[in-house]
Amino acid sequence: MNYSLLGVNHKTAPVEVRERLAIPESRLPDAMRLLLHTPGVTEAIIFSTCNRVELLVRSPQQPADVRPFLQTFFGLNGTDISPHLYEYRNRDAIRHLFRVASSLDSMVVGESQILGQVKEAYAIARGVGAVHSQLDHLMTRAFAVAKRVRSETSVGSSAVSVASVAVELAKKIFGSLDGKNVYLVGAGKMSELAARHLMAHGAGTIFVANRTHDRAIALAQKFNGRAMLFEGLYETAAEADIIISSTGSPLPIFRREHGELFLNRRKNRPMFFIDIAVPRDVAADMNKVEGIFVYDIDDLQAVAAGHISARRDEAARAEAIIEAEVLRFEDRVHTLQVVPVIVSLQDHFEQIRQAEIDKVRGRLGSLTADQQLAVDALTKGIVNKVLHTPITALKTAARDVHSDRAKAGEAGTLIELVRRIFNLQKEDSHRQSGDDEPQSQ
Amino acid sequence: MPHFWLTIAIVLYACGLAYSLFTLYGRREKLEPLVIAVVRVGALFHFVSLAESVWTSRQISLLTTQRTESLLAFLLMVLFFFTYWRLRSFSHGIFVFPLVIVLTLFTALEQRPLEFSSPLLRSGWIFTHIALILAGYAALFFSFSSSILYLVQERSLKTRSLGGIASRLPALQVIDDIGFRSLLIGFPFMTFGLIAGSLIAEASYGALFFRDPKIVLSIIMWAVYMILLFTRWTAGWRGRRAAVLSTVAFLAATLAWAANYISAVHRFTT
Repeated sequence: MNYSLLGVNHKTAPVEVRERLAIPESRLPDAMRLLLHTPGVTEAIIFSTCNRVELLVRSPQQPADVRPFLQTFFGLNGTDISPHLYEYRNRDAIRHLFRVASSLDSMVVGESQILGQVKEAYAIARGVGAVHSQLDHLMTRAFAVAKRVRSETSVGSSAVSVASVAVELAKKIFGSLDGKNVYLVGAGKMSELAARHLMAHGAGTIFVANRTHDRAIALAQKFNGRAMLFEGLYETAAEADIIISSTGSPLPIFRREHGELFLNRRKNRPMFFIDIAVPRDVAADMNKVEGIFVYDIDDLQAVAAGHISARRDEAARAEAIIEAEVLRFEDRVHTLQVVPVIVSLQDHFEQIRQAEIDKVRGRLGSLTADQQLAVDALTKGIVNKVLHTPITALKTAARDVHSDRAKAGEAGTLIELVRRIFNLQKEDSHRQSGDDEPQSQ
Repeated sequence: MPHFWLTIAIVLYACGLAYSLFTLYGRREKLEPLVIAVVRVGALFHFVSLAESVWTSRQISLLTTQRTESLLAFLLMVLFFFTYWRLRSFSHGIFVFPLVIVLTLFTALEQRPLEFSSPLLRSGWIFTHIALILAGYAALFFSFSSSILYLVQERSLKTRSLGGIASRLPALQVIDDIGFRSLLIGFPFMTFGLIAGSLIAEASYGALFFRDPKIVLSIIMWAVYMILLFTRWTAGWRGRRAAVLSTVAFLAATLAWAANYISAVHRFTT
């Protein structure tokens, strides 16, 4: 079990760095294939959301170093992003994955979107064959853990979402949201969520513009709003008090001069830009325009941080669940490690037995069915007797790990020893898929 | 006796000031109604003080000439209660209470009010003139303090530091509304007050009064307010630009007020 996880998230890297590393969904399959070809990597998955870019890989021997992948894939040309990177190995990597999936590592703790995003990444990874055995097992476990955290703590159910932070800020600017128009630029799920919240607090008309106009129409229908032509965005945007932008555009859509134009048209009535896109849709200097308030995903976090403190207790309970689940997962892995050894041990002796029978078959001449059975029974009996003690020892070691974690290393040594004594090959590559589920240990 | 009532009012207003200063650090939801009640009682004593001085002199015009400071303070308190009633916002207190206390102290400490012997004062016109101007001052002071609060709130929203004072301020647009409405109310008062004043002056002094510093300052102040209103009306100016104009107007108003002591016309001794 060698997992390593390398990444940046909203805590370690500012949005400027994250937006350079963000991988659009359309490029994810290629990215995962490429990562899979990094030396030493047998399985790989990439999570790329607005708040994080993480590479999770499994390698059979030494933990693989996937830093070169970052350099080549993003063409960083030696740009040093290492201050922003974090790297986790094995247990820490598992814990991190569980925390991410359970939304404990999210910018807005408890928001449910991240699980969906992780599931999407998983689907892509399976699609390109980057995840097929042990990592698959880990991912499935991560989803189960996320579900458990959600159902056993209130971290998720009362999540302070980005959307409600946006509503709160809008109220801080406009007082009441009655009759305030909301413009959705880009028809993403997150902006839909924010719009829904704003509507619930009395917002007026919802305008939707999207590069694919059909999606704009579909979303506008949901809100009884108006679909606007993306080409006419700058002409119509001034009608909105709140603009929620979430397009996949690599360059800012709204620049300072647009803001000045809008304000001029609006007779300087304030405007609120909620920029949930990474890379950002609103240029950084837009906030300098008097009367325009821009909050990007990082800023929303800062606001949300105040709320999160109130949920520390729930988060602590969730962390305890994660911790228990990490150990449980490791146990299962250790148990699983024993199974292939036992199987190959049995295989190995079966081969010897067959070979020996074949050798003496000529000398024995033709045997009756009964005699044949007797020979089989005799040889099998010897093999079983010989193997009984080592197999029992292995099983006991695996069971011990459950009760006493300190013995995990012991079990590992035993497994290694058995392999060496009987000269068993590590059948990592072709066995593992069958070994995913523990047998009756 | 009016001084006695006023002294009680000042003490009670001081509670309001103390609480206003306290709101810079925190807000006590439970304490606030109590403070408001205390301040209301203060305003009641204030009113009694004003009413008594009218009663004893039997002349309403003396109220406006001898106790202008006190009357202005009272009008400010009325506006403060109005905004609190509408918005439950104590925020303007930080500006209103210091001014109110200074103004009332001014009255309370003045043992011998200025002797105004001019027969003009007996006319109802002068009362109208002063009362209108005072109402204008009060409203415009609210407009000025709103623009300061607006800047504070705008800054906190821009810099994303929403804790602290910003969390206790009303929403940006609400502050803006208070400021703009005060301007809309104050400006006509001020305009009519100035018109009434110039009619009186025209009748008694002729065109000479235009050289009076108080009048020049008042006209400057009025002009700035007009620019403020005009730019707001046509271009929606608010925030920093409005605050700058508001501050200029406020300074002009303060100087105009202080000019009582150097103005020939307003010494009322002729």
